[in-house]
Amino acid sequence: MWIYVLRRTLLLIPIFFVISIVVFSLIHAVPGDPIDSLLGPGSLAEDRDILVKAYGLDKPLPVQYYLWISAFVSGDMGQSIIEKQPVSDMIFYNIPFTLRLGLASLFISFTLGILIGIISASARNTIIDYIGMIIALLGVTVPAFWLGLILMLIFSVMLGWFPVSGSGSWQTLVLPAITVGLGGAGLIARITRASMLEMFNQEFILLLYAKGLSQYSIIVKHVFRNALIPVITILGLRLGWILGGAVTIEIVFSRPGIGNMLLTALYRRDYPVVQASLLFLTMAVIIGAFITDIIYSYADPRVRDTYK
Amino acid sequence: MNQNDGIADKYPSPGTVILKRLSANKMGIIGTILILTLILTATFAPLLEPYSFKEQNIENMNAPPSESHLLGTDEFGRDLLSRIIRGARISFVVGVLSVAISVIAGVTIGAIAGFYGGMIDVVLTTMADLTWSMPAILIALLLVAIIGPGLESVVLAIGFSYWAEYARLIRGQILSLKEATFIEATRSLGASDYVILFKHLIPNSISPIIVAATLGIGNAIVLEATLGFLGMGAQPPTPSWGAMMSSGTAYLFISPWVIIFPGLAMMITVLGFNLFGDALIDVLDVKNNEAKT
Amino acid sequence: MSLLKVDNLAVEFRSDKKKIQPISGVSFEMDAGEVLGVVGETGSGKSLTAHAIMGLTALSGGKASGSVQLDNKELLTLSSEEMQTIRGARISFIPQNPMTSLDPVYRVGDQIVEGLRKHSTIDKKEAKHQALDIMGKLRIPDPARVYSQYPHQLSGGLKQRIVIAIGLVTNPQMLIADEPTTALDVTVQAQIMNLFKDQTVARGIGLLLITHDLGVVAQVCDRIAVMYAGNVVEYGKVRAVFEEPKHPYTQALLACIPVMGMEKGSLSSISGNVPSAENYPPGCRYHTRCASVMSKCREQKPAMVIMNNGTGSACHKY
Repeated sequence: MWIYVLRRTLLLIPIFFVISIVVFSLIHAVPGDPIDSLLGPGSLAEDRDILVKAYGLDKPLPVQYYLWISAFVSGDMGQSIIEKQPVSDMIFYNIPFTLRLGLASLFISFTLGILIGIISASARNTIIDYIGMIIALLGVTVPAFWLGLILMLIFSVMLGWFPVSGSGSWQTLVLPAITVGLGGAGLIARITRASMLEMFNQEFILLLYAKGLSQYSIIVKHVFRNALIPVITILGLRLGWILGGAVTIEIVFSRPGIGNMLLTALYRRDYPVVQASLLFLTMAVIIGAFITDIIYSYADPRVRDTYK
Repeated sequence: MNQNDGIADKYPSPGTVILKRLSANKMGIIGTILILTLILTATFAPLLEPYSFKEQNIENMNAPPSESHLLGTDEFGRDLLSRIIRGARISFVVGVLSVAISVIAGVTIGAIAGFYGGMIDVVLTTMADLTWSMPAILIALLLVAIIGPGLESVVLAIGFSYWAEYARLIRGQILSLKEATFIEATRSLGASDYVILFKHLIPNSISPIIVAATLGIGNAIVLEATLGFLGMGAQPPTPSWGAMMSSGTAYLFISPWVIIFPGLAMMITVLGFNLFGDALIDVLDVKNNEAKT
Repeated sequence: MSLLKVDNLAVEFRSDKKKIQPISGVSFEMDAGEVLGVVGETGSGKSLTAHAIMGLTALSGGKASGSVQLDNKELLTLSSEEMQTIRGARISFIPQNPMTSLDPVYRVGDQIVEGLRKHSTIDKKEAKHQALDIMGKLRIPDPARVYSQYPHQLSGGLKQRIVIAIGLVTNPQMLIADEPTTALDVTVQAQIMNLFKDQTVARGIGLLLITHDLGVVAQVCDRIAVMYAGNVVEYGKVRAVFEEPKHPYTQALLACIPVMGMEKGSLSSISGNVPSAENYPPGCRYHTRCASVMSKCREQKPAMVIMNNGTGSACHKY
């Protein structure tokens, strides 16, 4: 199994380079450039030329790519053209915020989702089930940014329980995390319920009852444990979705983070920042999927042997 | 009088079976009603709106819901209800068009990958996997940034954000059907690859695609609104629901209805598609990625 | 004094406002140390009978009535908690398909120990010891290694032995085996059946063997109950029933078995199909396929009549 892990880890390297090329090409396909943002409209051609040369934007694209990527892998992510700071500083400043939001959301999605899923499945077709599934449906249907605004309206403006924006204290994390978390919770709840119901039909359940095990033991130790497997799979595949939600929510709640940084840089065509952030986010998704894969093979023993 | 007469009378056509099952599914009926409401609102928007969606009335800006303006007005004094009704048109068109793009692109790519296998398959699948695991919002943002803001770019961008899902779905279906006996039979009768692919394999794999497309329209509508919210979508005065909520954010504390009502409209719409899609899953017997035809 | 006494057992299901009774009037007895074979075609109600004895009919929405006594203790009136202490401890169940009866995510050793620890107060070490012990008795090779393996790593025959181990490790008074060899190769079948017989005799437990294979019954069983469409139609000692079958159905079943040296020609079979529980014919349920049908058979349900050789048969001929 460790050979499998090693092989997958090594695969990440070529993936990284491919993505960097894609990201670079896409960014540079965007019309306009950072010089426009720096100088503003009505700038003189000569001033433009000076700046363009200074930032190396006149070199052929492949050369620009090579310069960028070689510096990147040695830790130098370039300078933000707009902010005039090293990009690595900006990224490392913002990562903790996004990380916190991501983890908090993931936690909420997981615990809420699984709880609702198990309860709905166990109380199948009763009123509890319907309520649970309606909540889950709402989680999937409600657009994240709208939910964020509404929550902000109710809990920050009207009730004053939580701050409207910013960062620093745990209170600022609550509303954004719930906003992103609910969407994931809805999805997980539905999948958990479906998975558990399918598990109930499995033949090994009969033997569990025949052994005289308690209902609780059967549901928690066996049904749920088996039902978890598809949930983990879906989770790994949907990590990108959750991360995407985090990006928009940072804007809504004016929270610092990679998403916020990316969007601002995108408006201003700040290439180095956009490239680095996109690369980071994409690799985060891929690494997340990779970790989920490993957890999955740990959860399902049948999968482990495929990789001997 | 040939021997097949009479058999057709005994067995209902697949269409009839599907309709019957659909009508038994309560959630599906609600979904259908909601979708029909959307379609009707979108089609007859100019007839339904009490005021013109463009009509500004600065003196009456940010007015709360009242008799004359059932849902209030926005920051330019425009009637919210009219704008929401117009917005239905945009959401519907964007939703359907972008999903159409996704489906056509995705199904073609996925079918080719699944059918021909080999290097083509590896390359196409890697592309699809990478696209699929990326958050759609990021892809769409980037594409809109490249093409420039506006409704057309939004449709294209959303279309290209979601193609990978359909590609994966159809590829899986084709992989399992490729070796089926009826395909072997068709091939031995001399059918070309084109015929096999488009007349047999794809039509038999269509059920999960239909379900995914229905749910996808809901996702596309939300994505369009998100893009609009971030300023990348339709430009003023076009009443995209997302753009309405974006400009309304500044007035969140004063006139929250500018945000609440478009959001509700969107929620109800997406709910309709989700309910319908869920019902389709039961009706068409689609389980995960398998379809029973 | 019998270990198991089933009297007038019936199971009722309600679906869409309809009431159906797939099995009714089922009665038989089994002593300790004895093997009772319950025989019938698919759909005769044999598995349902087993589930009813185990108190598991509620799982599929059914309700059992009548009497099932284990060691003179009535089981059908017990609460589900009380029944949990009986299942797995005093009555063990060996399900039909070993391929799908084990939880794929737990090691097989742990699955054996699970039931043991639920029904006794022994500690982990002692439980593992007992599990390994029974695995050895069931002639599982290298028990220590197999103990830590997962179900998908074992062959069908091994899995079946594990399932049997789960059944036997708690030292039950009675075993119910539901077609334990159907899913296995013929060679493995013989081994498993011998294993059963040995263990039953060695431990003095009663074995209720559900099967459609008359050959197995002849080899292993002491008594036989033949079921058709939810009723017991013939019941008695195996030798007696096989040598002198009284009920037309039993006679037809035995006639279906091809014998070495018989004349070439078409195989004998029983025409028609087993009726489904919703469509049980009136009167004797077998009358539509019976070679000796009389007009009485269409109207009245025959009662069980005990013959001079001790066999019971439910047929109007007697």
